[in-house]
Order: sequence, then structure tokens, then C-alpha cells
Amino acid sequence: MCEAKNVIEVDGLVKRYGTLTAVDNVSFAVRTGEVFGMVGPNGAGKTTTVECIEGLREPDQGTVRVLGMRPGVDHYSLAEQIGIQFQVDALPPRIRVGEVLELFASFYSSPLDWRQLLDQVGLTAKERSPFATLSGGQKQRVFIALALVNDPDLVFMDEPTTGLDPQSRRAMWEMIEDIRTRGKTVFLTTHSMEEAERLCDRVAIMDSGRIVALDTPDNLIAGLKAEIRVAFSIEGQMDTEILSDVPGVTRVEQHGDRIVVHGSGTKLLGRVVSALESSAVSFSQLRTEEPGLEDVFLALTGRRMRD
Amino acid sequence: MLQTRSLRKLLATQVKLYLREPIAVFFTLFMPVALLVMLGFIIGNEPVPELGGRGHLDANLPGYAALVIGIVGIAGVPIETATRREAGILRRFRATPLRPLTYIAGDVLANFLMMVLGVVAVFLLGRFGFGVPFHGSLPSLALGVFLSAAAFLSVAYVLGSVLPTARVATVVGNFLLFPMVVLSGAVVPQQIMPETVQNVAKLVPLTHVVRLFGGLWSGHRLSEHLLEIFVLGGFLVVGVALAARFFRWE
Repeated sequence: MCEAKNVIEVDGLVKRYGTLTAVDNVSFAVRTGEVFGMVGPNGAGKTTTVECIEGLREPDQGTVRVLGMRPGVDHYSLAEQIGIQFQVDALPPRIRVGEVLELFASFYSSPLDWRQLLDQVGLTAKERSPFATLSGGQKQRVFIALALVNDPDLVFMDEPTTGLDPQSRRAMWEMIEDIRTRGKTVFLTTHSMEEAERLCDRVAIMDSGRIVALDTPDNLIAGLKAEIRVAFSIEGQMDTEILSDVPGVTRVEQHGDRIVVHGSGTKLLGRVVSALESSAVSFSQLRTEEPGLEDVFLALTGRRMRD
Repeated sequence: MLQTRSLRKLLATQVKLYLREPIAVFFTLFMPVALLVMLGFIIGNEPVPELGGRGHLDANLPGYAALVIGIVGIAGVPIETATRREAGILRRFRATPLRPLTYIAGDVLANFLMMVLGVVAVFLLGRFGFGVPFHGSLPSLALGVFLSAAAFLSVAYVLGSVLPTARVATVVGNFLLFPMVVLSGAVVPQQIMPETVQNVAKLVPLTHVVRLFGGLWSGHRLSEHLLEIFVLGGFLVVGVALAARFFRWE
């Protein structure tokens, strides 16, 4: 049995604010080298959970181990080995990009070369710019650089793309994929299901302080047993019987020249296409609609994420 | 444990940031000097009977120097500290192995340097720009300046720790600062105030800085100002204890 060692172990975590239970008996583990996503709507308890793991908040109950250490108790030795990017993060407005990296590098016992890091996040040209003059995406890249300056084994990112324009958002995704490629473990919280599907090896779906599901995005979606829809337009006539007999197909609808095939299974699209080709039906405007993590959340909670 | 490499970098960064902040530079370095220049050119330093035969510059120079200490300590540092906490800048530091003591030491040293720079600018301009005679001993004056700066910085960190937001710090800082400046004799001689006001003024910490600077500038020995030294030393000790107890990153 060759199981990857866990970098984070959370057992029975509870955190209350007054009468509100923000995190309600949460247990999970994060494995070495994975991108672990925690998704859920705003107020689900994601940030509180992360902050308990980072040692910035004290849990009311439960145990947390990070890289074998106790957050909060072993704060300084743990801080040497983790990198944190906060959901709401700030720096003095007049500090220059190069200055802030040099300053933060001085806090660690074996920091990376901050100039190289600046190059990696694409901010070399901004080395002498005051922080306040940067765009949202550039500021976020500074925070990512700060989270990486100690060459951490484990990086926490709390909503790293919230408020970014689509282009910066994609650039941030590439940066996170790059961090993973370099063998680091990433703990990502997000309320974007699209982001979680694209980046995460495993996803914990959180709602009202509890983890309602935890698996790979594919398994979570497959577990839904939700229907896939394959739609296309045909030229001329066809006998829909040839599709009804395809394994996995549950229902075929025809609206004029538009055909919609309902079914399930990962091979559905291929089977439908080969059935059409073997019957020599010419088709166009083929579309598939597959369920995503949004549908998983809807199925688990009965609510949409963005309600 | 004090992290010396981090401390050096923090100190250098804080001084740079300070000098880039026009408002801070205005109140510590520019305004007291500007007041001195205006007083020097408009009123001059002719001996005046109401001031015991001294000129206006003789009487006011130490007060202007004390003004620097009061402004930075009661308004500047508390507002900056509360602003940084509220914005989440202090929290960014907390996510690193930086110790609170190192952060505070860097910040205190930077502000201490700026205070001393402001005080020295006022004294130098008065002495060499306007020829105000200095009768005291330089080491004694330096000790008086260091003690006053340290005492006010410790008060500054108590305020910066207990005042929750930048807005509250601004309101409270100014609310404390203006009466304190007026009562302390830093700009208005206490001799012209009614006796009850003068008695109230003794409770104002800046009064003791004004008296200490005034005495040391005019040639008193430190031993003649034990009351001021005792009061400022008390503020320092109590301030450090309270700041250590109440300082918060967020």
C-alpha cells in the first residue's frame, strides 16, 4: 500500500462565533502534492476553516495537524514552511514591489531569490512601482509571490481570483497549476465551481459549516448520475430508433430538425456519434451539456451556489 | 527573540515609507520648522519683559521641539498603527515567522528616528538660523530628548493598540492632541494662563516635555528636573507594559 502522506489532518473541527456555529464538526485530510479545493457559497465557513488550519484562529473543538505541527502552538516553525495568500490582503500603499519582496524574504531563514520570484510572477517591470499603483491582478500576483518567497511545501490560497478580470483570472490559474507542478501542495478555497473543476485534484464542498461531499470533481459529478444531453441538427430525415438502442441513452426528443439525446455515462457522446455515422446521417451543430460541480451543489443542498 | 536581519530591513523600509508620506513629513519635519521660521521673521527675538527678559524665540524654541514629540506620539503613530491593522497589513506580517517584538521594535526605532530628526531640525534652525543661544549641556539635552521620545512612543503604542479603527484613532488622537498642545505651553506660554488652567496643565504629559526641554536648553541640570523625568519615565514603563499586553495584529 503506497498512500501519500497527509500534509493536513483535520479532525472534528468546531468554531463558533457567539451563537453561530461557523464550522460544525469538520474532518478531512489533504494529501501531499495535490491541489485541494474547498468550495461553497460565501458564509459557508471556508475561510474560518482555513484560518484554523493556518493557526490564525483558535478552534473551539477538534484537532488540526499541519505538516505534523500544531497550528497556533508551533506558529513560528509552521510559518517557515507554509505560504498564505489571504482573501482580504493588504500592504502599505507606498511600498515598492521590490521592497516588499525583499522585506518579506528577510523574515524567513532560507528564502528564495526574490528577483527570480518576481520574474516568475511576471512583475519584473514593476519592481520599483508603489504597490497602490498596481492593477488588481498585479496586486494578487504580489501576494502570490509573498506566499512563495519561503519556498513553502504547502500554499494556502483563499479566493485568489475573486474580483479579477477574466484575463487575470486565467493567468492566476496558470500560476496555480505551475505551483502544483513544482511539487507543492495547494489548499484552495473558492466559491467558483468552474475554478474548482479546472484546478483541483479533490474538492470538499462546504455548506453551512459542514462538508457535504469530498471527492475528485469527476467522481462528484459521476456520483450525481445526472443526465448528459447531446443535441445536434440533422439534414433530411432519420429514424430515431437507431439512437434509442445505443447503450446509455434514456430518451430521444425531436423538435423539427433538432434532435436531443438524453442519457448517461462517459462514453455517451462517442456512442451517439458513431451510431449516426454508421447510419450515414449527416449532422451539424453538435453540442453536449454535461453536469458540473454547480449541479453537484444543487443536488446536495437543494440550492444554487449563487443564491 | 529579536530577528536582527528582519529588524534592519523593517527599520529601513519604515523610514523610507515615512519619508514618502507627505502628511507625516509635514507634521514632524516641516510644520514645527515653519512655525519657527514665521515666529523668527515676524516677531524676532528681542527681549520681552513679560517673558522675564527673554525673547520670543528663546521662550518658544523648546516648545516647538516638544511639539514634534507630541504630534508623532499622540496622532501620527496611533493613526498609522490603527490604519495598518484595519487594512489587514499587520495580518500579512502575522502570516510570516516575524515576531511581534521585532515588528514593534522596527516601527518604534523608525518613529524614534523621525522624532529625533524633527527635534534636531528645530533646535539646529533655532540655534544656527536665528542665533538663539544654547546654555545647556548637549548630553543632558540629548538624554531629555531620548526619554521624551521613548515615553511618547510607548503611549503611542498603547493608543495604537486599544483604538480599534483608523477613524477612531484619528478622532481620539486629534481630540487629545489639540488641548494637550495648547495646555502644555508648547505654543502658548503657560505664564499667561489662569492658575487653575496651569494646575490642570500639570496633568498633561506634554507639559513635562516642554518644561524639560526648556530647562535643559537654558542650562538646567537633569537633577533639577526630577519631576519631569519621573513623570516621563513613568509613562514609558506603564506604556510599554500596557502596549505589550494589548498590542493586536488584527
